[in-house]
Amino acid sequence: MKLIVAEHTGGKLTKATLEMVAAAQNAGGEGPVTLLVLGQGVAGVANEAAQYAEQVLVGDSAALAAYNPEVWAAAAAQIAQEGEASLVMIGGSRSGREYAPRVAVKLDAPYLEDATSLSVNGTTVQAQRYTYLARVTETVEASAPTVIVTVKPGSFAPAAPAAAAGEQYDVELELPAARTQVTGRSVEKTSRVALTEADVIVTGGRGVGSPDNFATYVEGLADRIGAGVGATRAVVDAGWRPYAEQVGQTGKTVQPKAYIALGVSGAVQHLSGMGKSKFIVAINKDAEAPIFKVADYGIVGDVNQIVPALIEAAKK
Amino acid sequence: MNILTLVRQVPDAEARVKVSGSAVDLEGATLVIDGMDEYGVEEALRLREGGANIETITALAIGPKRNEDALRTALAMGVDRAIHVETDEKLDAVALSRVVAQIAQAENITLILVGGQEADWDSQALGAATAERLGWPQLTWTNELKIEGESLSGRHDVDDGNESFSAPLPAVVTTQQGLNEPRYPTLPNIMKAKRKELRKDTLDTYGAANTVRVVNAEIQTRARMNRVIDGKDPQAAAEQLLDLLRNEAKVLA
Repeated sequence: MKLIVAEHTGGKLTKATLEMVAAAQNAGGEGPVTLLVLGQGVAGVANEAAQYAEQVLVGDSAALAAYNPEVWAAAAAQIAQEGEASLVMIGGSRSGREYAPRVAVKLDAPYLEDATSLSVNGTTVQAQRYTYLARVTETVEASAPTVIVTVKPGSFAPAAPAAAAGEQYDVELELPAARTQVTGRSVEKTSRVALTEADVIVTGGRGVGSPDNFATYVEGLADRIGAGVGATRAVVDAGWRPYAEQVGQTGKTVQPKAYIALGVSGAVQHLSGMGKSKFIVAINKDAEAPIFKVADYGIVGDVNQIVPALIEAAKK
Repeated sequence: MNILTLVRQVPDAEARVKVSGSAVDLEGATLVIDGMDEYGVEEALRLREGGANIETITALAIGPKRNEDALRTALAMGVDRAIHVETDEKLDAVALSRVVAQIAQAENITLILVGGQEADWDSQALGAATAERLGWPQLTWTNELKIEGESLSGRHDVDDGNESFSAPLPAVVTTQQGLNEPRYPTLPNIMKAKRKELRKDTLDTYGAANTVRVVNAEIQTRARMNRVIDGKDPQAAAEQLLDLLRNEAKVLA
């Protein structure tokens, strides 16, 4: 089987999970596309998963109430082994990329990380991935009875529901106790569209000037045009914005249809998180800023003057 | 307690990367210690300076000869000794973790520090794979770290925010920007580093075989239009941009 560990939040499958289903359906290779749903009280998620996958395996227990890399790795490895999975697909999220290597070691299986394409031919799995801070695209390949893959969010069009619902099975899991204790948690909630799911993103950099300006111009424009809000590392480090909004090497990787960068200089680390966007727009008063080199459209001018005009013009 | 800090020598983030044939060509590239690993080196030194009972800090690099320079940087920053497992073979993270785990055991290591993401392979896997081999817990993307007796505590980034944690030692921790400000090696320390131990080792005793082949590399750049509008008249510029987004790119309603 082709095993996909489902990612879900707020009782719903993530878009990244539906993208993995599509990748598995189109990759070739044999066996049913199988979603593994892990958590506590996940019957709703399992029902949703059954609309997309031929099989749904459900691990529903108190031991799975909160994500832990060692627990998730044990669950995925056990199911992959019992089901003789040829492919184990895990989301290319921060959490996915921290437990997938443990699954690979447990199963003594090759690991293809952060795949943007995927094809299976017999026991050979080929994928493309970005390297050198996303400046290079490499094609990598592994041959083994089981291959572990993490899939970069935004790389595949999400799957549509199937005509017939898949079968659901409960699974018994042997799980280790979590050794890492979470002693505090700060979750950044936003009423706006999630960054990795947004079609349009407005991002602010230090050039915006201040936290107040960020709220007025970046959030103001995003709300006017129905976009997600992003921030650069510098802005997050300065405490202007929450980490959840950070785009770049150490933040989120995004591929929206339009990426509008306000007062962003365009450091390589930032470009590696947004350089694959379909259209890039830059507004910056420094005509020499590197962001203009990757921009489709740009305005050389002060964010404080251009953006209010843009918000006003967008009302029409 | 002994700390192992992993380092690698990689192309500078601002440098142009070139591809010759079907592989990345580093000939002539400016190479530096991987920034994410440098935070790990700095953190090891700070943990000791902060009073944690740390006997030896060892820097480890596995890879081609160029990694000697990353080890020299770590030695000049203040680590006690270095180990270089020299090989020109490109090993994937799962294979590399086999080497790191064996060295960690041989050197009686309690804490392994490694960068959250490699600046050349863009991989985040080595820390986690090593932790699994050793049967240790892992904390990825830390931005705060403390040692209290036999346990670690701190803060790290997760999918949708950040968490404070505590975990038992031994453990693997991955490091990133924001954890600290790495120090610059001073000239006297660079001189002193030349006399520190840099042990050379070969790969053959570790039984690490690569499982991931790189079959092609290319630089794919999306052609950008680079249409730059002068913003002297903000209103005219804004209207022109909006028109392009609506009617040419068709990305706004």
